Amino acid sequence: MDWSWFHRLGSPPHVYRIAGRLVPWLGWPAAMLILAGLYGGLVLAPPDYQQGDGFRIVYVHAPSAWMSLLVYTTMGSAAAVGLIWRMKVAHAVAASCAPIGASFTLAALVTGMLWGKPMWGTYWQWDPRLTSELILLFLFLGYMGLRDAFEDTQRADRASAVLAIVGLVNVPIIHYSVEWWNSLHQTPSVMKLGRPSMPASMVVPLLLMLAGFTLYFAAVLLTRLRGEVLRRERSASWVKEALQS
Amino acid sequence: MTPRRKRLVLVLAILIGVGAAGALALQAFRENVMFFFDPSQITSGQAPTGERFRLGGMVEKGSVVRTPGSLEVRFVVTDFRHQVPVSYTGVLPDLFRDGQGVVAHGRLGTDGVFVADEVLAKHDENYMPPEVQRSLEKAHGGRLPPQSPP
Repeated sequence: MDWSWFHRLGSPPHVYRIAGRLVPWLGWPAAMLILAGLYGGLVLAPPDYQQGDGFRIVYVHAPSAWMSLLVYTTMGSAAAVGLIWRMKVAHAVAASCAPIGASFTLAALVTGMLWGKPMWGTYWQWDPRLTSELILLFLFLGYMGLRDAFEDTQRADRASAVLAIVGLVNVPIIHYSVEWWNSLHQTPSVMKLGRPSMPASMVVPLLLMLAGFTLYFAAVLLTRLRGEVLRRERSASWVKEALQS
Repeated sequence: MTPRRKRLVLVLAILIGVGAAGALALQAFRENVMFFFDPSQITSGQAPTGERFRLGGMVEKGSVVRTPGSLEVRFVVTDFRHQVPVSYTGVLPDLFRDGQGVVAHGRLGTDGVFVADEVLAKHDENYMPPEVQRSLEKAHGGRLPPQSPP
């Protein structure tokens, strides 16, 4: 197998260029998918038989929650690659993931609380799903704080990578919390084996939102990655050339 | 072993070690992680006596009795094997109804009645438009068949 494409990803100027070229190809489809998903979810989809129109918050809540797990997995994997192969660009990817992941996690928690008050009768319960998702938020914030505590980027990379890898253990716990333990939170309607527990008119906008959120994450990640690469390489000659052109 | 392979092994060892520690810790605190006990666990004596705990299950059809002129309500929580009667005084959430999942927080009295001071509705994973639910109701002559007790 030819690994040269992978080795080229270790080169900051190459990554800076490629990322810049990819961003519009991810960002615009993301915007269109999210608009289509919102229209489908908020206008076209029928109300739920029990929750009425209140269920529509799922179109933001569920994709945000899925993304929080996807972003953390990306961050942990990038940190592991950076640690094992001493790949600076991978550390830069992990560092760029953290604020995005923290935002998605916060969005999932807040939308869940707003839904929980009228439906469950409570904003917050120390339920396994809710608690493990809150821990995920603290992992993202802790990762960012740990990075900020080091002057030296290389030491920040290594220390924070260990935290990111340790935190990976939480990802399956969040996903399976509703199955392993009695939980107030319902079990998955879509992310499970077998047919989704939703009719197509409800599930299609949800999948559009998920695809849109995923592309949005990729676009924001690459944009942040470019900034992170520039910051790390600020004394390199290619940066001067790239910024002048 | 090359330094790179050493680091790979180290990362895998961290993951396995933390995973095992986490699994053991969660296993040890299983009771505390459990959000609620179901009626079968209460019948078999697994629920703490004299302490506050949560009871979860389905509201048995036709068991909801309201006391006129007050907020007091009595109902039976079932997991389709065992039943626990519950009494509660207060405002119920929107989703509380016959056949719906529910989580009540309170104490089990010596008379076997669970006295709740907080009642939460538990939602299941099924979403559907009202028309579909009406036609399903016709087909089954009542509410939806229970698919997954909470």
